[in-house]
Amino acid sequence: MSALVEYLPLFGQGILRTLSICLWGGLGALLLGTLLVTFRISPVPILQRIGTGWVSVMRNVPLAVVVFFLAFGLPEIGIRGSYFWFGVSALAVYTAAFVCEALRSGINSVPIGQAEAARALGMPFRLTLLGVIVPQAIRTATPPLANTTIAMIKDSALIGAIGVGGDLFSLADTLSASRGVDVIPVLIGVVLGYLLIIAPTSALFTFSEKRSVVRA
Amino acid sequence: MSEQRALFDELGPRARRRSRAISGGVILLLAGLGALAALKLAENGQFSAQKWSPLFNPLDSQFTTVWTFLGGGLRNTALAGGIAIALSLVIGTVLALARVTSRRWYRWAIVGVMEFFRAVPVVISIFFASRFLPTIGVDLPLLWYLVVGLVLYNSIAIAEIVRAGILAVPRGQTEASAALGLSGAQNLWLVVLPQAFRLMLPSLISQLVIVVKDTALGFIIGFEELLRRGEIAVQTLGNPLQMYLLIGMLFFVVNSLVSALAQRVESGMRQRNGSRQSPPATLRTGFLRVPALRS
Repeated sequence: MSALVEYLPLFGQGILRTLSICLWGGLGALLLGTLLVTFRISPVPILQRIGTGWVSVMRNVPLAVVVFFLAFGLPEIGIRGSYFWFGVSALAVYTAAFVCEALRSGINSVPIGQAEAARALGMPFRLTLLGVIVPQAIRTATPPLANTTIAMIKDSALIGAIGVGGDLFSLADTLSASRGVDVIPVLIGVVLGYLLIIAPTSALFTFSEKRSVVRA
Repeated sequence: MSEQRALFDELGPRARRRSRAISGGVILLLAGLGALAALKLAENGQFSAQKWSPLFNPLDSQFTTVWTFLGGGLRNTALAGGIAIALSLVIGTVLALARVTSRRWYRWAIVGVMEFFRAVPVVISIFFASRFLPTIGVDLPLLWYLVVGLVLYNSIAIAEIVRAGILAVPRGQTEASAALGLSGAQNLWLVVLPQAFRLMLPSLISQLVIVVKDTALGFIIGFEELLRRGEIAVQTLGNPLQMYLLIGMLFFVVNSLVSALAQRVESGMRQRNGSRQSPPATLRTGFLRVPALRS
């Protein structure tokens, strides 16, 4: 256990690195996922098809393959970048599909009468959506969004594995391989690191879910 | 898409024109992107036959070698996925039963351990399986490290599915078996679990998709599943873009088949459900041939 104390600064750095992968990846996934869900609910068939296609590809292809394709495939056509940004983009592109599904499930959960009532009042599409549907959809979308976010935080370990370096996974690798620290304390430290990121995230979502409950 | 019909009216002439304009714009944009990609690909010599034909042209001299090699990887993927899902199912069921039947004073311990392992990324659990097990003298083929890592995570996920399944079996079933004088274990084994498993089948098959996707993480410990084999082949063929595209397509096909199976099972269940004459509202499961008692 003394190893945990000895390497505490390294663990701190690892947590920060993982956090920055997750923040950039999460931001990208949220923006892209929102765009995808607007595609899926839009009246334009081709946009719907793009949304559905994206989701079904990402559902069936492992994140590792997406990461490899971007990180090792794109440099072949002259797109250069650091593994960090390739990894973050892969994470965002992959997670966006699940964000899209979470948001869509929220929108679907709003009773159809709400949209019908809004339209009966003469509201146009945008007002129906933003003024009536979305505020109610957010509440139901929160739990699946929380799950998606937590899954993304754990997926970020894979980004470390392609050679980004410095995150919690790479730390586990260096400590247990080259520095010969016992495996179990390292494992506990790394998992505690992930818990340290996951627990507040999940608490934040629970909080916002409680806040958004409509008081009768 | 029918569920979203309510969001907008049947498009009128103006909206239809706008929709067509947007479609046109999007098609143009996609065409532009496609052209740009093609240009980039051509500039960097990515259209050269030697990069594509070993993968896609059956007449190429390397085609058979490459596909035999990748086929072996696919077999390893299926093997790891199959073993992992089977073991996870057994352990997950045991965990769920332990949790459901536990007394309150020690339930927190089971839940706590499950929550801890739920926070472990699969990558980490696979990696540590390969690092930790040899230090305690358990030397296994790489396949088993991958399987252990996958099982560690997925048995927790499956335990949740099983628990949900058990809780979804109507209470009346347990009450009925108590009334018939079955013991608690008999009730669980003969009455609740068989019904719970039928309820869970679609979710279990979906979990299989996740397991198959996660087997790709075997590359971290050097286990030669599909992705790792692709990585190895790239070193001689020098075509990462084409290779990972192909591997993505293979995963897509395999998992789409599994997903389609899940959907068939689900709709088959719903049909059997729907064919019953006036199903009692209290019995949402509806796989039973006996009518449910109305409370």
